[in-house]
Amino acid sequence: MKEEIIIAGFGGQGVLSMGKILAYSGLMENKEVTWMPAYGPEQRGGTANVTVIVSDERISSPILSKYDTAIILNQPSLAKFENKVKPGGVLIYDGYGIINPPTRKDIHVYRIDAMDEANERKMAKTFNMIVLGGLLKIRPIVSIESVVKALRKTLPERHHHLIPMNEEAIRIGMDIIKEV
Amino acid sequence: MAEEVVLMKGNEAIAHAAIRIGVDGYFGYPITPQSEVLETLAEQKPWETTGMVVLQAESEVAAINMVYGGAGSGKMVMTSSSSPGVSLKQEGISYIAGAELPCLVVNVMRGGPGLGTIQPSQADYFQTTKGGGHGDYHLIALAPASVQEMADFVGLAFDLAFKYRNPAMILADGVIGQMMEKVVLPEYRPRRIEEEILAQCPWATTGCKGRKPNIITSLELDPAIMEQRNLHLQAKYAEIEEKEARYEELDTEDAEYLIVAFGSCARIAQKAMEHAREEGIKVGLFRPITLWPFPSKALKERAKQVKGILTVELNSGQMIEDVRLAVECKVPVEHFGRLGGIVPDPDEVIEAIKEKLIQK
Repeated sequence: MKEEIIIAGFGGQGVLSMGKILAYSGLMENKEVTWMPAYGPEQRGGTANVTVIVSDERISSPILSKYDTAIILNQPSLAKFENKVKPGGVLIYDGYGIINPPTRKDIHVYRIDAMDEANERKMAKTFNMIVLGGLLKIRPIVSIESVVKALRKTLPERHHHLIPMNEEAIRIGMDIIKEV
Repeated sequence: MAEEVVLMKGNEAIAHAAIRIGVDGYFGYPITPQSEVLETLAEQKPWETTGMVVLQAESEVAAINMVYGGAGSGKMVMTSSSSPGVSLKQEGISYIAGAELPCLVVNVMRGGPGLGTIQPSQADYFQTTKGGGHGDYHLIALAPASVQEMADFVGLAFDLAFKYRNPAMILADGVIGQMMEKVVLPEYRPRRIEEEILAQCPWATTGCKGRKPNIITSLELDPAIMEQRNLHLQAKYAEIEEKEARYEELDTEDAEYLIVAFGSCARIAQKAMEHAREEGIKVGLFRPITLWPFPSKALKERAKQVKGILTVELNSGQMIEDVRLAVECKVPVEHFGRLGGIVPDPDEVIEAIKEKLIQK
């Protein structure tokens, strides 16, 4: 098993932390992982992206030409990464951030209205976890149990009371993701 | 007990490893993309546990001269920075090399010249391996290609630095510094006690009661003595070149073409190599781990079987000079690189293999 993923959106949407939780969840399952952020001007306003690789075997390059799965949370990122999804791969986008949806026919496209859902439920801060839930529904790279374990490991103890809400967000994401 | 596997950035691994192996002092000044070294040390507060000093100096120049002072007293001391900051440290590095002191300097390279960019680069290869500061000296230069090696090379760098009384450098780049990977941190090793330092470093300025004073200096006005000192340094460098060259080879046994790359480029090249092999192109990877001493002998041997060599570097072609010298131009050696902070993806490397090696 090897999954090469790009997560891209605006700075502040939780792109990097979502990637980090995914990477940690892989670690909980003794998988090989790399997490490579765009740490440049992007991080300081504008678009942010992170490449996450989860694999059973040693990982070679942390930098990729093509991705198995792209999670796209804003329009500029769609322009940048739509063509970099492998044929037959997966593209997940958030309906709020994308006005002109992807047009490729040789990949599986999924829409998740995570931003709308998060706002309606007044769970804006769990937006990225809703998206992560959507991803895990389509590509069960790691189990929810591992994600919870990862949250327990990475969040400071004073935030542990938020873990159930994050778990709920993952389940919501699993419910609302739709193939386009 | 099973070894604990943790996930962290390369820069964080440097900091944790330094605490664990018993480093006495870190002196630094923040700069992207290596600031997490100092930040992690500040978070970990090792002065409360191992007694390690962590000091944010007023400048890079101050930091390297604090290292000079600490190293002169036999302490395990280090600094870290990124390219423009490492340029500022060069005077101090030359003095430390001249005074034959052990220390560690970490350079997490970014694009230059000048203030350049904060994105990854390997354009300080010449600076690291061919001088940087003035005078006939060498640094022992280690090039990590993973977060695990970032952690492991802290201890290795200090071991070599003390063994040869020579400054060592870990030459990483923004990719290796910023990415997170699994890592097993080194075992805790207590800081050396005074008696151990006295035994290990009889040359150090440890207080001269009951003995002749030790003098730490790189100054010698009599050229006849200065030449002898230089000859002594050269003999030491020859020994290091003989004994300490390190490298890794991947899929080289049947290789018809060879990529030579270090650090992050070696990782990218490895992926390109995997794809090229799927297409039936027999490519192998030769990864220098020590950039100085350069693993020339091993590369020369391996080059005998290949039709061509491609160096992949985040610069305009620097290591290629050492590769050409190593293979004595008996094999065509070509270069592929991206500049100014752009990191190539594996497809670009495959294209370069086809265009520069096979179609030629």
